Amino acid sequence: MATVVLAAPRPSTVGRLVADTWTSMLRVLLNYRHSPGLLAASLGVPVVMVVVFGYVFGSAMRVPGGGDYREFLMPGLFAMVATNGVMPTMVGAARDVGRGVTDRLRSMPVSRTGLLLGQTLADLLVSVVVLALLALVGLAAGWRARHGLADTAGAFALLLLFRFVMTWAGTLLGLAVGKEEAAGQLSVAVFPLAMITNAYVPTGGMPGWLRLVADWNPISSVVQACRELFGNPSAPGSAWPMQHATLAALLWSAALLALCVPLAVRKFATHGR
Amino acid sequence: MSDTTRPAIEMAGVRKRFGATEALRGLDLTVPAGTVCGLLGPNGAGKTTAVRVLATLVAPDSGTARVAGHDVVRAAEDVRRAIGLAGQHAAVDEGITGRDNLRLLGRLHRLGTRRARERADELLARFGLAEAADRLVRTYSGGMRRRLDLIASLVTSPPVLFLDEPTTGLDPRSRQEIWDTVKELADGGTTVLLTTQYLEEADRLADDIVVVDHGAAIATGPPDRLKAAIGSQVSVTLADAGQLAATAVVLSAMTGGDAQVDIAERTVTVLTVPGVSVLLPALVRELDGAGVVARDVAVRAPSLDDVFLSLTGGSARGDGGDSEQGDAAGSAGAVGRAA
Ligand SMILES: Nc1ncnc2c1ncn2[C@@H]1O[C@H](COP(=O)(O)OP(=O)(O)O)[C@@H](O)[C@H]1O
Ligand SMILES: [Mg+2]
Repeated sequence: MATVVLAAPRPSTVGRLVADTWTSMLRVLLNYRHSPGLLAASLGVPVVMVVVFGYVFGSAMRVPGGGDYREFLMPGLFAMVATNGVMPTMVGAARDVGRGVTDRLRSMPVSRTGLLLGQTLADLLVSVVVLALLALVGLAAGWRARHGLADTAGAFALLLLFRFVMTWAGTLLGLAVGKEEAAGQLSVAVFPLAMITNAYVPTGGMPGWLRLVADWNPISSVVQACRELFGNPSAPGSAWPMQHATLAALLWSAALLALCVPLAVRKFATHGR
Repeated sequence: MSDTTRPAIEMAGVRKRFGATEALRGLDLTVPAGTVCGLLGPNGAGKTTAVRVLATLVAPDSGTARVAGHDVVRAAEDVRRAIGLAGQHAAVDEGITGRDNLRLLGRLHRLGTRRARERADELLARFGLAEAADRLVRTYSGGMRRRLDLIASLVTSPPVLFLDEPTTGLDPRSRQEIWDTVKELADGGTTVLLTTQYLEEADRLADDIVVVDHGAAIATGPPDRLKAAIGSQVSVTLADAGQLAATAVVLSAMTGGDAQVDIAERTVTVLTVPGVSVLLPALVRELDGAGVVARDVAVRAPSLDDVFLSLTGGSARGDGGDSEQGDAAGSAGAVGRAA
């Protein structure tokens, strides 16, 4: 066999970033295509959440200051979908490390940032579909976006931004953990973080210290911002992030991205050193 | 760029520490271009770490390493363009098809969409995976996964190939298939560094063997020289216990070693002194000449265990390993038998 190096001459950094981002995206999307179960689970979860929270718990819920509980709930469920972005990326990154896929990719002349960016962008595409489905289910359950197109688009943009943030957080955690099972176990820890928020119940009834945690939880900022942008009922506390929810959500997202992206890229580039 | 007169792989005094573990303690290694080098050692010897240093995955603490003429730290990108890596696990994406695995790698290697597809088809056909090409990798057998993993490292026909324990855990047939592939690549001029726990594997494939233990090379040379330096074990089992003494005399004379007589088993065993090789036909002739009727005659090539016993006096088994040690001991060298 001839030992001709087939690889093309060294391309520009930007060209390589774009090409590798695209290829990496393709890999994640192909995985989704061959795992109907995974897609069905992503799509099924929002429906189940609307039924369980909206109708089972919701039958006993009262929103302070009035308003329909299901309308109160929907922004919370949207934010949950965004938050859950941490899980598939975390498990996927850990699996790649554990199976040696990460090592193979790192031994190749590829853009490391592009590989990770592709994975997070692919997840973003999937979450667009999931959010759209959840919105349809919400509409059927009586939820409405009442503030016009611009605010509605703004709310969804914020949700996608937050999902993007969470997939980078998941990538970082997955690379750090490095084992698929351990990443699966860590996913369970996401649950309490997601529960100590204003997503399902107003924080007003919580004990003081818990309320403080909930009001400053980044997820709560996203939920409150969406409630305001959609014109849905809300019962914000007096904490600063609740009074300036959109700004707080943007600041949280920017801060988390500024932290997670460089750390994840560095972890990926120097894994095992 | 790479120049063909210098070795394809060079390591000099490479050290690498992970916390309290010193994985490499001054490893030296030279692999001439176009040859196959077998890095032989027990679990925890530092084989994987050596490969990871060469594949630019970990930076050495000290010492230098060059691949295809490029320094692995200062010119990592050039090294990456010259190598293929098949690690200890089948590093393939199980959730997509075999063909897609190769196509995606081809695109990452910037072959272009069309060329990446053609190259994937070429490799799948050549290595007997054409029929399974469109099946999800999670439906592949262990052997098929390993083969896919191996050809995934060949997408660019790299001049230097690293194979980390390519056959560990495989059944004999899959092992043979991997061996055939490695031989074919070597015949085509690819420089191969393969790590293994099996002396037999290194013996079959390698032009040179480097025995590593505790992160350093403890012996280097062609397989035959290494084996000759260790000697092999000859044992003869008799039908008649009365001939034990005569057999011991013949064996001692032939091998220069001290014959051990096991009366209960009616077996005489001797370890040849280094440099003496005993061929089965000659042995049978000698025994015949002495009027000995043997029920079983065996010449056992040295195993990895024998190599370590001989090189280190028996204290050298890896201490950092966690499993798979029994494996290496189990796969003794070729056994010749006559009745
Ligand atoms: N990333 C790492 N972190 C900590 N210890 C490591 C790491 N990689 C290897 N080691 C340790 O270094 C030693 C050599 O390991 P390795 O190179 O994997 O040996 P081999 O491949 O010959 O079995 C072992 O004791 C192992 O536990
Ligand atoms: Mg190893």
